[in-house]
Amino acid sequence: MLEQILVLLPQVLFDGFILGFIYAMIALGYTMVYGVLELINFAHSEIFMIGAVAGVEVFRYLAPLIPNGYLLLLVAVVLVERMAYRPLRRRGTTNRLVPLVTAIGVSFFLQDLVRLIEGLWHNEFFLRMRTIPDLEGSFTLFGGAIFIQTKSVIVIVVSVLMLWGLTYLVNRTKLGMAIRAVAQDLSTASLMGINPDLIISRTFLIGGALGGVAGVLFALIYTTINPYVGFLPGIKAFTAAVLGGIGNIPGAMLGGLVLGQLENFFGTYLPILTAGNFGTEYKDVVAFLILIFILLFRPQGLLGQMVKEKV
Amino acid sequence: MSLLSLALSLVFLALSFLAPNTLTAFLGLGALGVAAFARLEPRVRTLNLALLTLAFTLFLRNSGNTLGLIGLVGILVALTTLPRIPRGIRVALGLAILLLSVPIAGFANTFIFELGIQIGIFAAMSLGLNVVVGMAGLLDLGYAAFFAVGAYTWAIFGSPQAGKFLQGNFPLPGEYMYLFMLIAVVTTAITGLLIGLPALRLRGDYLAIVTLGLGEVVRILANNLDHPINITNGPQGITPVGRPPIDWFRSLMGALGVRLDETTDYQLFFYLLVLAMIGLVVLANVNLANSRFGRAWVAIREDEIAAQAMGIPLLPTKLIAFMTGAAFSGVMGVIYGAQRTFVSPESFTLLASITILAMVILGGMGSIPGAILGAAALTILNLDILKTFSEFVRTSLPWIPSQVDPAKYERLVFGLILVLMMIYRPQGLIPEARHRAELEEEA
Repeated sequence: MLEQILVLLPQVLFDGFILGFIYAMIALGYTMVYGVLELINFAHSEIFMIGAVAGVEVFRYLAPLIPNGYLLLLVAVVLVERMAYRPLRRRGTTNRLVPLVTAIGVSFFLQDLVRLIEGLWHNEFFLRMRTIPDLEGSFTLFGGAIFIQTKSVIVIVVSVLMLWGLTYLVNRTKLGMAIRAVAQDLSTASLMGINPDLIISRTFLIGGALGGVAGVLFALIYTTINPYVGFLPGIKAFTAAVLGGIGNIPGAMLGGLVLGQLENFFGTYLPILTAGNFGTEYKDVVAFLILIFILLFRPQGLLGQMVKEKV
Repeated sequence: MSLLSLALSLVFLALSFLAPNTLTAFLGLGALGVAAFARLEPRVRTLNLALLTLAFTLFLRNSGNTLGLIGLVGILVALTTLPRIPRGIRVALGLAILLLSVPIAGFANTFIFELGIQIGIFAAMSLGLNVVVGMAGLLDLGYAAFFAVGAYTWAIFGSPQAGKFLQGNFPLPGEYMYLFMLIAVVTTAITGLLIGLPALRLRGDYLAIVTLGLGEVVRILANNLDHPINITNGPQGITPVGRPPIDWFRSLMGALGVRLDETTDYQLFFYLLVLAMIGLVVLANVNLANSRFGRAWVAIREDEIAAQAMGIPLLPTKLIAFMTGAAFSGVMGVIYGAQRTFVSPESFTLLASITILAMVILGGMGSIPGAILGAAALTILNLDILKTFSEFVRTSLPWIPSQVDPAKYERLVFGLILVLMMIYRPQGLIPEARHRAELEEEA
């Protein structure tokens, strides 16, 4: 059994990285919005889904020209923030349930909206990514120990670029400074001449853009997509954000990578370790159990700091 | 105004004999609207509501059109919310609607029994979730998990399924269902404890996502525990789930002069059983709301830290709210399984949890009549109106692609309801008094 595990290990680690990068990109959206608004944006998983669907549609008609489908996605993000969340902030309700329930409602609404659009357009809402001959190649490393598809190289390159770009944006630019200021203290930031509404929508946009890229990459790798595909990656990416410490940007990246590894690890080895009694289908359970354990024993996450709740 | 309103009701009464069609039903709903919202003398209004009850009952008897059921639900809402109607009349009319009008309609169209039973099951569950979300302010997104545990508790032992992993004589006889309703209270309360212990230590928004995850875990378990030991029979689900024998009920109804046939006997039985359960649940809810626990829950909802400072032990109080809500859901799960004689994991998805949440929010968090109204409105919407609309689209709008079937778009509708309610009327359709005061203060 040990031998079997060792033989598979390099491949498992590599696939874990691919999954981890996708989770990391989605997790950043959760963590950034939580940082500025203290809101779990449930609808973020649907932004990811719209990214995936937009990716499929763009490849279907335009060959690899991502930006057009992308505009559509960004419009969706801004609309969600404008129509659903901003009216709530304006009213300034203190009830925490109100924004959460709104976010859940938006998430459900978007799932079926996409289904409706795809249904009217193609009379079908299970979508398949078009196969692109240039990307279908593959090669092996270390004498066949790791099997790599060309697509996965694209995923890694794109996500590393995106993560680096985001780090640069947040730490080195004026917009990044404003985002950090709003996250730290919204009312003081607004006294310093920052327009918090503008920064909040920019944050939604940036987080949404990352989620959308993750969606396109997801569609590229998994090829079959439907409007309900966002739910599980969404909730796992949230787990990743909590794992790294919610509100913490490097934490979300780390959390995503760790969770991707753990999930892939259990997904592959659970059937081997339990002699086939418990199969791959329990890998989702593993992610949720990890979430509960972190929240119980280290609620601030791996890189987060403990914040005392003040009265 | 009084005369006009009475005249409208009388015209509807006459038409419910002469022409019981859809147009007449809309006239009746209009008459109900006038009776409820126009400025009327309380006596005229009461008389009007009584007339309309009679008219809708006759309409349903003659046509079996489900629009009549919407009218009856409307009258029930009017009876519970409008001021200055004598208490005796409220109770008498309400009971007449529940015990006479709906069964009469059910004999004309058995689908109305089905609707009534589903409304009842979901109403009892929204009342349970109402304790958790409405009173204690704990956002539980995995509520369907408890429903699943309740349903499986009876389904496994009330069908041959238990014989696959236990020695003994299975299925258990149908009478055991009553016992299992009690056992389900215990098993779901324990599940509530197990889920609540880790989850309830967390602050509000984490709680939402953890319950969502754990709800999903329960569904995954139900879906996959067909191996190594076959406990839940996996995605195929369990069938046939036993029902209690109802010979005593048949002879009782026979003595009352009600003739039952093969399909309507169980439907009437389950309808009355569900009504009785709702009665119990409402009673429990009212008493809980006014008890020490109820006040502690509201205190926690309003301000956790202040509540703690006043000496309320947070975790135990929240746990009790969680377990109470779970227990209500478990009992209804047993009835649900027995009524459909079939239990499968796909009834207990996130969609089911969100549906129940939407019912509570539509009616008004913390409000008992609100939770029932929310359940009635969304169940009718889901099972009847969306399906009718689908039929309409299929027959009258052929240019719409066949994959676009409005009955499949519950998520769109429920999502929209949640967002619109939160933006425009967060206190719900029938707000709880305390909640209303609080939200008005904020505005």
